[in-house]
Amino acid sequence: MNIFVCVKQVPDTETKVTPNGDGSYIETSSIKWIMNPYDEFAVEQALLHKAANAGSTVTVVRVGGAKDTEALRTALAMGADEAILVDSADNLDSYMTAKAIKGAIEKSGKTPDLILAGKQAIDDDCLQVPQVLAQMMELPSVSVVVGFEGEGSNLTLKREVEGGAIEVYNVSGPVVVACNKGLNTPRYASLPGIMKAKKKPLTTLSLGDVGVSDEDQRIKYSDFQLPPEKPAGKKFDATDEGAQASVVAEVVGLLRTEAKVI
Amino acid sequence: MAKIAVFTETQGDNVKSVTLEILGKLAGQTVDVISVGDISEAGLGDLAKYGAGNIHVIKGEGLDQYSPEGYSNALKEFLSSGGYDYVFAGSTSLGKDLFPRLSSMFGAGMASEVTNFVMDGDNFSGTRPLFAGKCLAKVEVTGPKPHFVTVRPNSLGLPESPTAGAGTKNDASSSAGEIRAAIKEIIKGASEKLDLTEANIIVSGGRAMKEEANFKILDEMADVIGATVGASRAAVDSGYAPHAMQVGQTGKTVSPSLYIACGISGAIQHLAGMRTSKVIVAINTDPDAPIFTKADYGIVGDLFQVVPIMTEEFKKLLG
Repeated sequence: MNIFVCVKQVPDTETKVTPNGDGSYIETSSIKWIMNPYDEFAVEQALLHKAANAGSTVTVVRVGGAKDTEALRTALAMGADEAILVDSADNLDSYMTAKAIKGAIEKSGKTPDLILAGKQAIDDDCLQVPQVLAQMMELPSVSVVVGFEGEGSNLTLKREVEGGAIEVYNVSGPVVVACNKGLNTPRYASLPGIMKAKKKPLTTLSLGDVGVSDEDQRIKYSDFQLPPEKPAGKKFDATDEGAQASVVAEVVGLLRTEAKVI
Repeated sequence: MAKIAVFTETQGDNVKSVTLEILGKLAGQTVDVISVGDISEAGLGDLAKYGAGNIHVIKGEGLDQYSPEGYSNALKEFLSSGGYDYVFAGSTSLGKDLFPRLSSMFGAGMASEVTNFVMDGDNFSGTRPLFAGKCLAKVEVTGPKPHFVTVRPNSLGLPESPTAGAGTKNDASSSAGEIRAAIKEIIKGASEKLDLTEANIIVSGGRAMKEEANFKILDEMADVIGATVGASRAAVDSGYAPHAMQVGQTGKTVSPSLYIACGISGAIQHLAGMRTSKVIVAINTDPDAPIFTKADYGIVGDLFQVVPIMTEEFKKLLG
């Protein structure tokens, strides 16, 4: 099987985000980059499916800057066979990103049997690329997937919806699967894995190579700013057991009379 | 004037509240509402009250149950003849899944999960959080129409005195087309409560909950005040709660009216996911916990002592 995994490189979750000078994006010079956490579940699922289906290959595709390739190196070290980088800005919109991934998959010359991605990237939080890619490639998609079973292209996928309910989908044939936390436990890259990764093929393409131009832009961002800070709240000491009851009663009273939320 | 459609979902006998929030925000515009499947009389009444003009109820083969392909094919067919400039939906589980596919059928752009927006003449401009709310940006859509927008539930709020619309129901037919990924079964969640992303009140527990069984005290409080229970990443990673309950950058981003954080220290990735809550109460033994910097009401104390007392106080107040 030809298995493709889409990965994105995003600022670490501990990053303190600061808008850049003209508010066109955030300051990226001192950021620690990581593989988008949801994409780790996609890479792991690809490797599990490869192991269960002899003769499969796993190709990782990323659209983003060439300066730091942490996400692709991690995926290769975990066990992916090859990587494709579409060299571009790290913050292309979802439509351009999906179109670039589609172009990269087509350029690879392999017909995908399965495409995996994280359900969302934790930088722009759009939750669009897997579904848009599926539509562009005329494939079905299942998003927010927490269960993946089956052989080859006959899959049973569990999608998590509101309130923790699960929709169970049956799919046969190529499909785009957007993975959620809980699907599996991503492996750590081993030291031999990291050494081997250095020898694995990494192809770099330009946006032009994959047929993407400025005319594909669909979303314009501006005015990046920090959210307004809340004024300091009130603090109560309930460490003394004798005073606890009255302190808690006071706060509950304020929730009704002052905050008006109860 | 821009021609606008709002896609609605129903929940039991009601239309989802986020639809009414969007209609309220679009007061003064001519707005059609679109549903796949029936809407109750009560639902139709609410839509009219908040400003719906025509209410198109789409039915057809293969549309009895949601599927990404079936719904998007049917809506593509319906919207293609409508000449719409903008199509809105709530950023719900279904909206998040459906709208990206639908928008790309038109080769069109979509602004995901805005928390506010304005229509300036014919032009939409929205505000949306990025990096789980660590920053905000202005978002505009460009390229072919219609432009698609999803709105985060609970962020616009309902108008106090809504402007009514005609609310004229129109039965429409469309077809699901080929469905390759179909639902064969739905497994109900453990809770019948509102999802975290739509809840008006959330009670959340952190690492200090110590074990899964202790979440019982949060469930008890939640039952009294009609809240949904959430958890921090630390609690989820420790196995105290399932990921469906996680609030934060790698979980759900929420904006309830009231958020009660119990034994949550306030890691940056948690704060990012709940900082837009209108009122935040924090209970923590550590007076220097970062959560207190975001709390409107901070209680320094042991959650195992404070939470049961608070539950009793809520009972007194609401009972």
